[in-house]
Amino acid sequence: MATENQARADRPSLRSQSLLYGIVGQEMRQVTRQVPDDEPPQLPVNAELRSIGKSIPRLDAVQKVTGAAKYTFDVQLPGMLYARQIVCPWPHARVISIDTSAAERHPGVRAVHVLETLLQSARLRDPEAEARNKYPTVRFAGQTVAAVAAETQRIADQAAKLVKVEYERLPHVTDLDAAMDDEAPIVFPGPVEQPSTAGGGGAPEGLPQKGNVRGPNFGMPGMTPTGDIDQGLAEADVIVETEYRTQVQTHVPMETHGIVADWQDDGLTIYASTQHTHSVRDEAAEYFDLPKSKIRVISDFTGGGFGAKYGINNFGLLAIHLSQKAGAPVRMMLDRREEHVSAGNRPNSLQRVRIGAKQDGTLTAIDVISWGSGGIAGGAGIGFCFNALYPCPNMRTEQYDVFTNAGPCAAFRAPGQVQGIFSLEQAMDELADRLQLDPLILRDRIDTKPTDDMLARAHERKVAAERFGWSRRRPPNADAGPIKRGIGMAQAQWVYVVSPPTTVEVRVADDGSVSVYNSTQDVGTGTRTVLAQVVAEEFGLNAEDIGVFIGDTRFPWGPPSGGSRVTASVTAPARNAAYAAARDLAARLAPLFDDADPDDIFFADGKVGVRGKEGAARPLKDAAKEAKFGEISKLAKRHDDYEGFAVPGELSISRHGLGGVQFAEVAVDVETGVVKVERIVAASDCGRPINPKLVESQVIGGIIQGVSYAIYEDRIMDAASGHQLNANVDQYKMVGSRETPAIEVLLMEQIGAQSSTDARGIAEASNVATSAAIANAFYNATGKRIRTLPMNPANVLATLSA
Amino acid sequence: MAELSRSQGSGGSTRSGISRRTFLKHGGTSAVGAALLEAGAAQAAVDGSMQDDANEVLGPGLIPIDLTINGRRVPVQAEPATTLVDVLRNHLGLTGTKIGCDRGACSACTVWLDGQPASSCMTLALDARGRNITTIEGLAEGGKLHPVQQAFIEHDALQCGFCTPGMVMSCAALIDRKPDAGIDEVKAAISGHLCRCGTYPNIFAAVLAVAGENRRRGT
Repeated sequence: MATENQARADRPSLRSQSLLYGIVGQEMRQVTRQVPDDEPPQLPVNAELRSIGKSIPRLDAVQKVTGAAKYTFDVQLPGMLYARQIVCPWPHARVISIDTSAAERHPGVRAVHVLETLLQSARLRDPEAEARNKYPTVRFAGQTVAAVAAETQRIADQAAKLVKVEYERLPHVTDLDAAMDDEAPIVFPGPVEQPSTAGGGGAPEGLPQKGNVRGPNFGMPGMTPTGDIDQGLAEADVIVETEYRTQVQTHVPMETHGIVADWQDDGLTIYASTQHTHSVRDEAAEYFDLPKSKIRVISDFTGGGFGAKYGINNFGLLAIHLSQKAGAPVRMMLDRREEHVSAGNRPNSLQRVRIGAKQDGTLTAIDVISWGSGGIAGGAGIGFCFNALYPCPNMRTEQYDVFTNAGPCAAFRAPGQVQGIFSLEQAMDELADRLQLDPLILRDRIDTKPTDDMLARAHERKVAAERFGWSRRRPPNADAGPIKRGIGMAQAQWVYVVSPPTTVEVRVADDGSVSVYNSTQDVGTGTRTVLAQVVAEEFGLNAEDIGVFIGDTRFPWGPPSGGSRVTASVTAPARNAAYAAARDLAARLAPLFDDADPDDIFFADGKVGVRGKEGAARPLKDAAKEAKFGEISKLAKRHDDYEGFAVPGELSISRHGLGGVQFAEVAVDVETGVVKVERIVAASDCGRPINPKLVESQVIGGIIQGVSYAIYEDRIMDAASGHQLNANVDQYKMVGSRETPAIEVLLMEQIGAQSSTDARGIAEASNVATSAAIANAFYNATGKRIRTLPMNPANVLATLSA
Repeated sequence: MAELSRSQGSGGSTRSGISRRTFLKHGGTSAVGAALLEAGAAQAAVDGSMQDDANEVLGPGLIPIDLTINGRRVPVQAEPATTLVDVLRNHLGLTGTKIGCDRGACSACTVWLDGQPASSCMTLALDARGRNITTIEGLAEGGKLHPVQQAFIEHDALQCGFCTPGMVMSCAALIDRKPDAGIDEVKAAISGHLCRCGTYPNIFAAVLAVAGENRRRGT
C-alpha cells in the first residue's frame, strides 16, 4: 500500500488544463486544473457518451436471478468441514478453564481450537491488568471462546455443546446511562484503544478514560473546536437547546458473516463474505505470521455488509486455526443470532445540542456533547456533520465513548453521521420554526460552504421541493382526527473519499477481447458493471463484452467497500488503463489501415476504423486476428484528485463532500402511536453517475434502511441477564414490503473536474437524512418533536403525552 | 410477517405428522445433544407404533428419501431430521436456495412444493416426498428465463442478490397463480421476505411489469 512518501515519489508531472465544471443542465463553466500528464482527455457529459451514464442491467443479474451466483455461504470444497463457535452465556466473566476433551472425542469432530487473541474489541492500553488471565476476558454475552470443526454442521453444533468452560462471573452493565455512573461495573480495568476499520469508526489514541467513559474526542482531524461557544450563545437571538437519543441498530446482512479457510502447506486460501478482500489477507498475514504473498482471498459475491464486514474477525481467526489443525478446508458461517449479537452494530447515542442563531438565521454557536455505546468497542461518535454541513464561527462537538457489556459496534452505513444528522437537522427545523422561516429558506441562508456538495444541495432543494410539493406544507398539527399527516425535509452531508493506492489492469487479448482486473469486491452496488461500462467506452464495445475480474487478492490492489469510495477509486484508473491500452491497440492496428496515424484510429460499435474513412471500418475481432499483436496489458493507479485532497493518505478525503436532500410525508396515528412513512422524495448527487439505474437502486436502499432505523429497528438488551432479547429477524423488526413507502429519486449529474471519470459514491449519503426528514414530518403532523428513536408506539405515545 | 410466511411457507410440512417444529419439540430446542435427539425420536417412534401400526419408524440414522426436484427423481440418504434446504444445498449442491435465518422468518429459502411457495428451512425433506419440488435452479425452462426473472434483471430488482432467489420464487408463483396481479398482491406475496439492500420498490415494479404485459396479452 502506498504511503504518503511513496505517493510523492511517483507523483506524475502535471499539465494545466481547462475543464468543464458544474451541474449538467444548469449553468456550467470552465475551470483550470493541474492534470497529470498521462490522464486521458476529459469525458463529455453523459448524454454524449455511449456506455458511461447508461442504465444497462447489472452484468451479474442473470447469475443472481438463477441462483448461479456463488457466495461464500455457498462455497463447497472437497473434504470441507463445518465449524461452530462456543460462545459465553455470561455478559462479563473470566474464563477459568476449558475442557475440550469430550468434544474432541465426539465422532466426526476433526479439530477444536480455543481462542487466544480476541479481535473486534477495544484493547487495554496496558495489558498488564489482565496479564494473569490465560484466556481473553469475556465482556459480552455471546463472545466467542472456542470453536469446533466437524464433518457435518449438525455434528459441529452437537460437539460445541460438549466443550466445558468454567467461568468466574463478573458484574456487568449493558445500559448506556447506567454505564456512565461512577459506581457502574467496569467493562475494562483500564484505559483502552480502538483503531478504526476501513469502514470508519474507532477513535484517536490516548484519549482520557474514567470508568467506562472515554473521551472527549473532538472529532476527525481538522475538526477541532473553533471560536468561543459562550460568546456565540451570547450573540444569539434564539437558542435551541435539546437532547436526542438514538438506539442501537444491527446490520443484518442477509448473508451472515463468514469465511471458508483452506490452509495448505504452500499457502492459505480464504473465501470471505467481506467488504475488503485485502483487509482479510492483511489480518490473516498478521495473526498467522504468513507473508501476504502466500495468502489468497476470494470474494465472488458478498451478500451485503453495510460496514461490518472487514478483516478476519474472531470467527475467522478460529476457522483458520481449525483448518490448519484439521488439514482440511473449514467453513465458518455465523448463524443469525451470532450475527446480531457479535458481528457489529450502529452504537446508540445521547446528544445534547445547543444552537444559537441571529434573527436572520445566521448561526452564532453550535455546541454538542454526546455519549454513545458501541459495547466493548469504541467508535460511538456522532460523526462530523456539525462541523461539516453549516459554517459557524463558534463550534464544539465533544464526543464520548461509553463501554458496556454488549457486542462490539462496527462501521455502519455513514457511521456517526446518521445519528448526528438526526439531531442536527431536527434542531435546524426547530430553529426555522422559532425564527418563523421556511426550513428551505433557512438552509439557503446557512448552507454556504464553498464545496461541491453545497452547490448540489442548493440545486437539490429546489428540484426536490418542487417534485414533492413542499408548497402544500401546512402549519403543525393541522389534522383534526386521530390520523395526522405532515411533511418535513432534511439535508445530508457525507465525505467524498478515494483510495489512491487503487490500481487497475486492463488487458487486450490478441483476439481483440478486453478484460479488466482489480481486487475490489462487489457487495451489491454493481462494481462489475460500472468497471465494464467505463472500459467499454474507450474501446467502442458493449459493457457485456468486457471480461470483469474482481474479488480476488491476486488482482491489483482495490479499495474497501467502505466510505462510499469504490466507484470513485476504481473507475478513474480503469478509464486511464483502458485509454492507454486502446491507444496502444490503435498503434498496433494502424498498419492495417495504410499505416494511418494511430491518433486517427477510432473504436466504435465493435469496429475499428480511421477517422475520415468511416466506411472502411472493420470488426475489431477480425482486425485483431490479422494484426497478430500479442497481448496488451496496462496498469493505472488512481491519481490524486486534480485539486488534491484535504487529508491525503490511503483514505484520501476531499475538501468536497456528497450532498443529498430528502423530503418525507408521514401519517401518525396519535391513538396507537403507529407512524407510517408514506412517501419519500430524494434528490441525490454522486458526481457523474456511471449507471444511473444502479445509483437509484442504492439511494432507494439507503432510504429504506433510513425508514427502518427511524421507525422500527431497535436492539433490545435485557439489563439483568445481559442478553439481547431480539437476536433474530422475527423480533428485530425491519422494513418489509408492506412498510416500504413510495420513493422517488431525482439524480443529478455533477462534473467536479477532479478525475478522469468524476464519479463519486452514493451509498452512505443516501442513508443520512432520512430519519431527520421523518422526524421533521412528525413534528409537522403532530406539533410535537420526537427526539428519541425509533419512532415506535412506545416512544411516540410518550412523546405525544409529554 | 413470520406467521404469514410460515402459513404460506410450510404448506405440506405436517403431511407425515412430524414437522420440524414438533420434531424439535420432542427433542428439546436448545440444549440438545445427540442423545436427546435420539431419545426424542425413539419416543416418537414408540408413541407412533402404539397409536398406529401403519406409521413408519424412521431413523434416527440415515434413511432413503426419494425426492422429485426440478422434474427429476432424486434419491438421497439423510437423517429424518434433515431439512429440505439442507438436502438441496449440502447433499445435492443446489446452493441457489439460501438460508437467511433458519427459522422461517426471512423467506430466503423459498422453494415451490407443487407450485406453492414454501420455506425449505421449515420443511423436513421427508415431508417433501411425493411432491414436485422446484428450486431457483429449475425455474428457467429450457434455458429460457421465467418472465419474473427477466423482469428482475430489467428493473434492477436485486442488489447483493442473496435474498433474490427466494424473492423470485415467491413472485413467480404469484404470477403463475395470478398473471395480472396488482400491487397489493405483490406486497402480500413477498411480505414474509426480507431484503436488507432495500430492493422492494424495484421488485414491485418488476412484477407489475410482468402483470401488465400479461394483462395486455390477455393471459
